Amino acid sequence: MHSSLFISQTDARPMYLQIVEQIRQRVAAGDWPAGLELPSIRTLAADLRVSVITVKRAYLDLESEGVIVTRHGKGSFVADAQGLAMDMRLAQLDAHLTAAGEIARSLAMPEPELIARLRNALNTEEPSE
Amino acid sequence: MSAKAIEMNGVRKAFRFFTLEDVSLDLEHGQIMGLVGPNGAGKSTTIRLLMGLLTADAGSIRLLGHDMPHSQAAAKADVGFVSDDMKLLPQATLAWHMDFVASIYPGWDAAYAAKLLKRFGLHAGQTAKSLSTGEQVKALLLLALARRPRLLVLDEPTSGLDPVARHELLTEFMDVLRDDSRSILFSSHNTLDVERISDRITFIDRGRVVASDNKEDFLERWRTLRLRLPDGAPDWQLPEIVHRDIEGPNVTLTIDGFSDDFLARLGAPIQEVHRMSLEEVFVATVMHSRQMQEARP
Repeated sequence: MHSSLFISQTDARPMYLQIVEQIRQRVAAGDWPAGLELPSIRTLAADLRVSVITVKRAYLDLESEGVIVTRHGKGSFVADAQGLAMDMRLAQLDAHLTAAGEIARSLAMPEPELIARLRNALNTEEPSE
Repeated sequence: MSAKAIEMNGVRKAFRFFTLEDVSLDLEHGQIMGLVGPNGAGKSTTIRLLMGLLTADAGSIRLLGHDMPHSQAAAKADVGFVSDDMKLLPQATLAWHMDFVASIYPGWDAAYAAKLLKRFGLHAGQTAKSLSTGEQVKALLLLALARRPRLLVLDEPTSGLDPVARHELLTEFMDVLRDDSRSILFSSHNTLDVERISDRITFIDRGRVVASDNKEDFLERWRTLRLRLPDGAPDWQLPEIVHRDIEGPNVTLTIDGFSDDFLARLGAPIQEVHRMSLEEVFVATVMHSRQMQEARP
């Protein structure tokens, strides 16, 4: 199942973040249901040909976001309460929007222009797989 | 198995025109360490000391818990070593080499050797002199890997290989690491390979370890910042600023130790923040360490 993950060396994001985002997407899309066991850190590292520490870092981040849970000696699983993870993502989005609003205010940009720019960004952004 | 795979402490080795000074390294079991340095930095000397091929003037070296070079016979039973100056016997076939290694090391895994032979596109009947450079390296690695050693020490294993062969080797290295008691130390110029598969990274320059840390911490610490300061750049006295490039109002800073706290102390509006590749971090680290050394009285 994890063969669907991949690491791009031309991607500017660090490798651990690429893993985090791909797993997050699979969980959010329901491809990886709650309770599903994730590959062990070593197995995923060997399959992706990246270092163990990179995968470890990705799993720790996913754990702190509430996307996965790790039971010691048993492995890592997709968490049941994905609502929690969703709330965190929404909070993250709000924080970015607030920051954007602050920059717009410091530039004295009127609200319609900010909204137009957001719309523009949505249309030009590459679809993330 | 409480001992570490590799422990070097305060190791010194002086030659007439080159001195390796105060080298300390350690590697836990189950990890990969990449040793990175310019030509002549001391990578091979470090590896040769570690393997007991040279005797240190000072300091201690332990390999899989064995004192080096004193207990090297015991240590080497479990260590596979490949360096780019090793040669196979030109007239002998790969089969002969495999039989030879198998007769010395009881851990030889003939089935794994056969699998590697196939994966690397080699043939047991080939004589060593008929092999290309890349095939020679693959054959040497096969001989080391099929012993299933607990530690692999590889001096520039991927130099001189084409991208496909490099990919095959990296895949084999990662397969070794599925077993969490096995470790790898490898030296390389190729920072892309090192960045991808290493857990720990050590930079060596001019006979000294200039940095040694786990990879994620390394990459997390370094950033390039771009600022635009129409009134000129202040004379920051911040230790995190490793390098500054100022061209009129355009300022580029290289930062070791990036954090929100640092941004607050910088107190200037930032236009862009960029992560750095391992290669950029490596060059910045080496240049900074040289400047600091030259600034010393």
